[in-house]
Amino acid sequence: MATRADISNFPATFLANIPTYFQKNARRLLAPVIALVVALALWQLFAQITQTLPGPIQVVQDTWDPLIINPFYVEGEDKGLGWQTLASLQRVAIGYSLAAVVGILVGVLIGAFPLLYEAVDPMFQVLRTVPPLAWLPIALAIFKNSGPAGIFIIFVTAIWPIVYNTAVGVQQMPQDYKNVAKVLRLSSREYFFDILLPSIVPYMFTGLKLGIGLAWLAIVAAEMLRGDTGIGFFIWNSYNSGAISEVILALIYIGIVGFLLDKLVGFLATLVSSDK
Amino acid sequence: MQTLTSPQTPTLTHQKSAFLEVDNVSKVYSTLRGDYTVLDGVNLSVQEGEFVCVIGHSGCGKSTLLNMVAGFNQPTSGQVRLKGNKISRPGPDRMVVFQNYSLLPWKTAYENIYLAVNAVYPEKSKKEKIEIVREHLAMVGLEEAAHKKPGQLSGGMKQRVSIARALSIYPEILILDEPFGALDAITREELQDELVKIWEEHRITVMMITHDIDEALFLADRIVMMTNGPAAKIGEIMEVNFPHPRNRTQMMEDPEYYTLRNQALDFLFGRFAHHED
Repeated sequence: MATRADISNFPATFLANIPTYFQKNARRLLAPVIALVVALALWQLFAQITQTLPGPIQVVQDTWDPLIINPFYVEGEDKGLGWQTLASLQRVAIGYSLAAVVGILVGVLIGAFPLLYEAVDPMFQVLRTVPPLAWLPIALAIFKNSGPAGIFIIFVTAIWPIVYNTAVGVQQMPQDYKNVAKVLRLSSREYFFDILLPSIVPYMFTGLKLGIGLAWLAIVAAEMLRGDTGIGFFIWNSYNSGAISEVILALIYIGIVGFLLDKLVGFLATLVSSDK
Repeated sequence: MQTLTSPQTPTLTHQKSAFLEVDNVSKVYSTLRGDYTVLDGVNLSVQEGEFVCVIGHSGCGKSTLLNMVAGFNQPTSGQVRLKGNKISRPGPDRMVVFQNYSLLPWKTAYENIYLAVNAVYPEKSKKEKIEIVREHLAMVGLEEAAHKKPGQLSGGMKQRVSIARALSIYPEILILDEPFGALDAITREELQDELVKIWEEHRITVMMITHDIDEALFLADRIVMMTNGPAAKIGEIMEVNFPHPRNRTQMMEDPEYYTLRNQALDFLFGRFAHHED
């Protein structure tokens, strides 16, 4: 029972509850840890037998100082992975925001006008299967500069699920809402903001969630030819100087950041659509 | 307290010019297997301040008729006129209470009603609009639930919000499409009691679809009984002359109630029994 006395004793009760928490969730907490240990062991074994990759122990030894212990070190041109990640996140933020705005607009349009949908659907279906790396030469040809080209790659990779999910949301809008709008003769502005937009929010966020995953997937391609910063650049640069341990560490960074981005958009979605 | 229309005391000199006129209306849908006639030559006049129930088996075109009054559908031939003006599209002068409430789930009860008031009376001040919303929430007894969203309301409460929303824009005619069909028996009676009370206070023109004979008898001044489709038409119109304010118990004790009820039952299950199901 949560009483006031419990709350004033919070630190004590919290600490006292930790063992029971672990007991209750032992299976859920332990299973991933065991799986991780097994995976690391297999990796270590693979590394020792084939001698191609550094094993996990080797990776930690190679990158401990300064990459692991100080993500934000700066040494001339060399920057820590924290800085590289932030540079990449900034790029993704620009490309993804553009994809979100354009994607939602295009999605609403093709959702609302079936003729438009039928007209562009085959083209979009083909374009959306083009992998991020394949866009790289095209982007460079258009923009001549690796900065905007990288942003374009993120944009063009992330936009498709946003377009399609938004369009489905518009198509699936219940007739009831449209009838209400018709009887009340809502203005286009009222219809858009009071009816259309809120009713497609869940669909939109499905698209935005898929989009952020793809945007982050595209980051390496987007940064490969950039000679300055970014986690993609870092990977390419480390590979060129033969530092495979650094590449592996960067991969782990990319994985964790991508996971957190996905959770962040998911969290935003629950905030916006908490009306049910 | 503001009223919907000035409460009229029924007088002998009541004008007989029709308020709502359904004039020789037919509705034909073209299908791949040829034309399908839903309604065939329907004529109906509704007076201002009258409560009319339309009753009939499913598939008899009563929803089609209602949709033409609301303006969602156009008749294939004939006209529907309100105060002499041809109805060609939906509008707030013919507000609908839908069977499935049609509330916006992301807006509270208050916001759902406010959206309607704000859309129909943009020239009113914010204070006036808020006052109208409050008054109508009070009318259906929902002040307490004003800031709840439809997901947190029971079916009966949702339909109350929907009725309040419809009345808040002061329509010329209130259209109810089987409004209590999805509710349990007790809630349905409660809402019928409230609806008849609101009608008695405001004498608004109402056209309502139902397939519940007792509901129609309790609420309506006239019951329009439709023949079966295809090519349905009005079979019989029954006058229900119980005095207002109506009281369910008193009505049930009146032998006249059973005469009317049997007449309706005979129409629906004798002469125009539905054999398809």
